Amino acid sequence: MAEHVFGGIRIRNLYKIFGPDAAAHIDAVRNGLTKAELNEKYGHVLGLRDINIEMPSGSIQVIMGLSGSGKSTLIRHINRLIDPTAGEVLVDGVDIVGMNEKDLREFRRHQTAMVFQKFALLPHRSVLDNTIFGLEIQGLSRQQSVDTAMRWLERVGLKGFEKKYPNQLSGGMQQRVGLARALSNDAPVLLMDEAYSALDPLIRTDMQTVLLDLQKEIRKTVVFITHDLDEALRLGDQIAILRDGEVIQQGTSQDIVLRPADDYVANFVREVNRGRVVHVEAVMRPLDAPPAADRPTITSGVTIEDALRILATAPDGDITVVDTTAKPIGTVTFRQLANAMVSTRETGQNAKA
Amino acid sequence: MDWFFKFPHMDDAALRALKKTIDEGFRGFTRAYGDTIESLFTPLQHFLIYAERFTTKTPWPIITLIILAIAWAATRNLRIVAGCLVTLLLIGYFDMWDDTMRTISMIFVCTVLSIAIGLPIGILMSRNDKVQKIVNPILDVMQTMPSFVYLIPVVMLLGIGKVPGLIAVVIYAIPPMIRLTNLGIRLVDRDVLEAADAFGADSRQKLFKVQLPLALPTIMAGINQTIMMALAMVVIASMIGVQGLGQPVLKAIANQYFTLGIFNGLAIVGIAIIFDRVSQAYGHRLQKHREIVHG
Repeated sequence: MAEHVFGGIRIRNLYKIFGPDAAAHIDAVRNGLTKAELNEKYGHVLGLRDINIEMPSGSIQVIMGLSGSGKSTLIRHINRLIDPTAGEVLVDGVDIVGMNEKDLREFRRHQTAMVFQKFALLPHRSVLDNTIFGLEIQGLSRQQSVDTAMRWLERVGLKGFEKKYPNQLSGGMQQRVGLARALSNDAPVLLMDEAYSALDPLIRTDMQTVLLDLQKEIRKTVVFITHDLDEALRLGDQIAILRDGEVIQQGTSQDIVLRPADDYVANFVREVNRGRVVHVEAVMRPLDAPPAADRPTITSGVTIEDALRILATAPDGDITVVDTTAKPIGTVTFRQLANAMVSTRETGQNAKA
Repeated sequence: MDWFFKFPHMDDAALRALKKTIDEGFRGFTRAYGDTIESLFTPLQHFLIYAERFTTKTPWPIITLIILAIAWAATRNLRIVAGCLVTLLLIGYFDMWDDTMRTISMIFVCTVLSIAIGLPIGILMSRNDKVQKIVNPILDVMQTMPSFVYLIPVVMLLGIGKVPGLIAVVIYAIPPMIRLTNLGIRLVDRDVLEAADAFGADSRQKLFKVQLPLALPTIMAGINQTIMMALAMVVIASMIGVQGLGQPVLKAIANQYFTLGIFNGLAIVGIAIIFDRVSQAYGHRLQKHREIVHG
């Protein structure tokens, strides 16, 4: 039997209006009624406007935005903790907007798992009992659940803490429990709602590493909400930037940093450490003649910072950039790389001025 | 200007007729259905008699041991257990053992009944704002209406004895149980409930795995209040034939026996303190996991 391949998440023309008579205003909003007008005239709040996002299976989709941008509203549409006013949410090809209560419960039990900003652990249950919560809801026997839960607890670094209560753990460790609880479900979709926003910076970086390492293995479709651009750039295979309920830019971290869609995004991007985000091929000179054969090479997809580190000891002169099949595609100099880290930042500022 | 100084009231004859009609109507209802209603309460009566027989017929050292064991299991506190022992020994030494046992069995049955009725009503109230709007004023009436007033119809229907006493006590003591169950469930953290939803919990799973466990400390406070209020009704209940510590107090009031009154009053205080400390310590112990905060 061929194994079913998870089809990813597709959000189409999604609108959300908050208020007692939301459906009545959907056409007006479609025809261009602004958020401010809607609030002033009808006392309704526009949560999301015409969201279209494709999240391919097995990748990390980051949704970034400041508070009030609608990012938490958006993620809650994927497991329908919030009902949309209009639009479609297709998970693995099935439109979950049309599901009845029972189907929706089954969907939530088996297709999605969620990690929360405030952890949302059960204070009266031990770490282990919190971790098996999702499996318990699915109706699995305790024996089976405990085996799975223990495996994930060990995987997130909580071996030996099973009998503790959440209140006895630090924030970072509590969120590890939240992560283990979500992973135990073994659902193809992992929803992370500002999962790391409540953690202090060092622990946050730590947890990002945990997620990236795990993702290499589990290949889930991860939807990660954050207000932190550095986090977004580090984690996201794809990033969508949300403002006032609208997507203002979608793309890879390269797209966002190198080609910000507007001043709003450019403003965010200015403070970013480009060396960690921009890849060498964005800086290189495309090949016009065959490269000298004895030059050191570097593979495309490596960040400028890593390239500098690798090449710090290489001799001066051109460096050949090769693609993943070792075919030369361009050349770059150490000086160009160093410049890219600084000067692009300046161009960003010039553009603004 | 007569109406200005004297409140214009319903015509005397009409008022008399109204009262008479209601009285006669109720009397007629009592005559017609009294027996049926009484038979409905027979299981309750059996429960009451069984409980009383158990507490009064069991030898006192065994009862004492049982109470101490419950106190220990609930509190894990030697001082509370020792306090219980001293109180019980003093009560026995001053020859109030039998009455105390009758009162304890009565309070026990009242509490069980209040929990059995109050918990579901409280849960229902917490889930539905309409139910809350209807039940809340009823609870207000139950708590403020002088208990003698509802003793009248109860006695008319069921006569004098244990069951009417039980009903009177439960009416008075059940409101905190209902209110605090409702409150406890409504106070459960929304984030945790959302998490339960996100994992696909149905309403039953949410109730038993999230809401009730998290509301338990508040519900325990409700049970504690219910016990205290039931004890407060002991003397009034004794007026309609409930045996126990209330009857000697009643006798003391009628005959001005100061010492008899104060001894039995103190015995009521004694068991009230036992019940209170034990149930509170138990409620406290249920919250242990909340207190150990990460340093």
